[in-house]
Amino acid sequence: MITTISKRLFQAVFVVWAVGTLSFIMMRLLPGNMAFKIAAGRYGYDQVNQQAADMVTSELALDRSAISMYFDWLGSLAQLDFGNSLVSGRPVLHEIQHQLGHSFELALVATIISVLIAVPIGTYCGRRANSLADHTSLFVSAILRAQPVFVIGLILILVFSIHFKLLPVAGFGGSEFIILPATALALSMAALSSRMIKNITNNAVTSSYYQFARLKGLSENQAFERHAKPNITLLFLPFLGVQAICLIEGIVMIESLFSWPGIGHALAHAIFSRDIPMIQASAMVMGLLFVAINSFIDLAVYLIDPRINHSASNHDR
Amino acid sequence: MSKLSLISLSLCLLWWLVANFNVVDKSTTLRINGPFEFTSQDLSKDGYLYTRLQVVETLCGVAPNGEITPMLATDWSESADGLRWTFQIRQNVHFHDGTIMTADHVQHALLEAMTKPGVLQTTPISKIYAEGNDRLVVQLEHKYSALPAVLAHYSAAITITDPNHHRENSFLIGTGPYRPTLIAPPHKIHLSKFDQYWSEPANIPHVQYLTGHRAESRSLQSQSGQADLAYTLDPASQQLLANSPHLNIHTGSIPRTVVIKLNNDHRFLNQPNTRMAISLAIDRTGIAEHITRTKGAEAYQLFPPALASWHLKHSPQTKRDLTKAKELMQQAGWKMGDDGLLKRDHARFEITLMTYADRPELTVIATAIQAQLLEIGIKVNIAIENSSSIPDGHHDGSLEMALIARNYGLIADPLALLEQDCASHHGSDWGHMNWSSSTLNRHLKLTNEANGDQQQRIHKQAIANIFASEMPVIPVVFYTQQVSINKRLQNFTFDPFELNYRISEIYFDDNND
Repeated sequence: MITTISKRLFQAVFVVWAVGTLSFIMMRLLPGNMAFKIAAGRYGYDQVNQQAADMVTSELALDRSAISMYFDWLGSLAQLDFGNSLVSGRPVLHEIQHQLGHSFELALVATIISVLIAVPIGTYCGRRANSLADHTSLFVSAILRAQPVFVIGLILILVFSIHFKLLPVAGFGGSEFIILPATALALSMAALSSRMIKNITNNAVTSSYYQFARLKGLSENQAFERHAKPNITLLFLPFLGVQAICLIEGIVMIESLFSWPGIGHALAHAIFSRDIPMIQASAMVMGLLFVAINSFIDLAVYLIDPRINHSASNHDR
Repeated sequence: MSKLSLISLSLCLLWWLVANFNVVDKSTTLRINGPFEFTSQDLSKDGYLYTRLQVVETLCGVAPNGEITPMLATDWSESADGLRWTFQIRQNVHFHDGTIMTADHVQHALLEAMTKPGVLQTTPISKIYAEGNDRLVVQLEHKYSALPAVLAHYSAAITITDPNHHRENSFLIGTGPYRPTLIAPPHKIHLSKFDQYWSEPANIPHVQYLTGHRAESRSLQSQSGQADLAYTLDPASQQLLANSPHLNIHTGSIPRTVVIKLNNDHRFLNQPNTRMAISLAIDRTGIAEHITRTKGAEAYQLFPPALASWHLKHSPQTKRDLTKAKELMQQAGWKMGDDGLLKRDHARFEITLMTYADRPELTVIATAIQAQLLEIGIKVNIAIENSSSIPDGHHDGSLEMALIARNYGLIADPLALLEQDCASHHGSDWGHMNWSSSTLNRHLKLTNEANGDQQQRIHKQAIANIFASEMPVIPVVFYTQQVSINKRLQNFTFDPFELNYRISEIYFDDNND
């Protein structure tokens, strides 16, 4: 257990350095004049000109060599100083806190809704494979999965905002704003995860250990609760982790459709305007999030899988 | 997962949703949606949003007809030699923190604005100083009649620095009828009515602004009633919104023109005939009707109707003429090759047109121009870049052609902009490139020196005529701003210069709720 945590900690430090360095190198390799791009991000396309670019160069000392800029960044990072955004001038951590907080909130609510949809449907269909319910679920999943997620979002807006006027189209702040974007994401996630749960449930209930449990006299429900469920959860949890990570990273479309101030949107804009500290910090935070979510899933699997506990205790002995 | 955990998860989620559910009081809140994304409270960067929402104000205002009107200055006068301007500062104006505005505050704000990139830095100001509490003097290096128009620009708004400005929740302190209660870049601003406003106080107590990135999102918000005012609608949504029973759509001309910026020193483009041939080959009516979907928006001159004194009633070119375009290319020594492309001295007429995606219609117009120029044998390659690549390419000379949307009303009087454009043969970042005209420069000087609007208008028309005949930049279409207005709003006014949305004058019509 302690080895796992220390391994993950080491991984986290490595991720911070590697992601920061890689994004620095990649941003330097991009063609075009950096000062002009930052000036366009700051002052908008009507006011970007040579004068603004010169001002940016002198203010940020962009004429320094790349090596000296890199070591300055590394030195500040060692003191946990992520710097200020080149565009807004505010501390990068403050900006990321605002945006990542919103992305995280959206991803969390979407994941919960998707679990609430996918788990009952998946297990129901898994226990009754090839029934009408299973075929209907497959059909609906295929349709939902074939739609880009913003189309699902648009349909929800048309129904709940335009037709019934129940919920706002876009915005953030109160919980009324999160329902539609989270549901759009959750439907898209559940389309995949319900099928995944159906398959693992079906594998579990048709497995020899399940048949044996039934043979030894356990009722259908008892066998499912004691022998199928732990196996299903064990396979479903890591999948949920991967889905949650993809969600935090890849919801730019939903963020812009619903005016949600997320990290995906912020990262895309930071790249357009060469806001290097912002890009580095967002990429590093996302990298750390990968490590954190994976560690959390590992920990959860460690706690619920009796085989790991058993072999660990044997090993300790 | 047991049934119990699923049920408790649902209950937790439900509890959270209910506990955080806020309902906006529609009867006291005006909700505005627009594509304007802001990153800061810095006036040089995002000041346009704060003047539009009437948080901050400038010394001079701009009326919808372009006339410069008093705002924080009640009056101004120019010395006989035109080098010394005196502004009478309005008395009893309160800042949002209760401080009374003095000429010192104004001086300090303008000096601060001059340290940042923007229009004030390019104005020939040598000195700004306060004379007593109610007078501000601006000393100029040379005569400059556009000074009041420059002082109406959003970057010259008058604010004071909050002593707690490093704190998280500190907002810029202006003098407008609304004061900010929440600023959450890049999406949200909430405002409340400022009771000590120097003029008529605002009618509606609260205002909420939300950035809508996508045009679909903006039109859906106005359709659902979530937004009372939605700015910059896309052509595709217009018809849909026009059919909605609770919306009005306002279409107004704004001083922004889509133009092709040319490198006039380029070996293919350095003859006026070639530029004229390119202009004659462009089907502007097709672009206006099918891409921007605004009839009558085709531009054969630089200045749109919103800039009345600069707009020509009759421009030299008025329609597409492919035959004449081909003849002009022949006169310039080009011959049609077997591959359908023009050739001269073994070189094909192949050129790169750079554009940017910030304004989505530009890329579509670029592809239309690509197809239209191919009809006279010019091969255009389109490069979609960051907007800053255009001034960058202007300075390093690598730019060949660029499709841009230029705001000629950035300063209410384009004279200031044109003076920068024509300061040297090299041109300016967003103006023409490697072209000059001594006649035009003479008219610019005369406009500055002329007394009275009528005199000025003669020279402005002459300048507009030179641009339309020589085409150092080729105009394509004029912009129009489409706004959807909920019918419960009364007294909406449209500002073509987009400096002040005059939301404080709007009120709700209870019968239309």
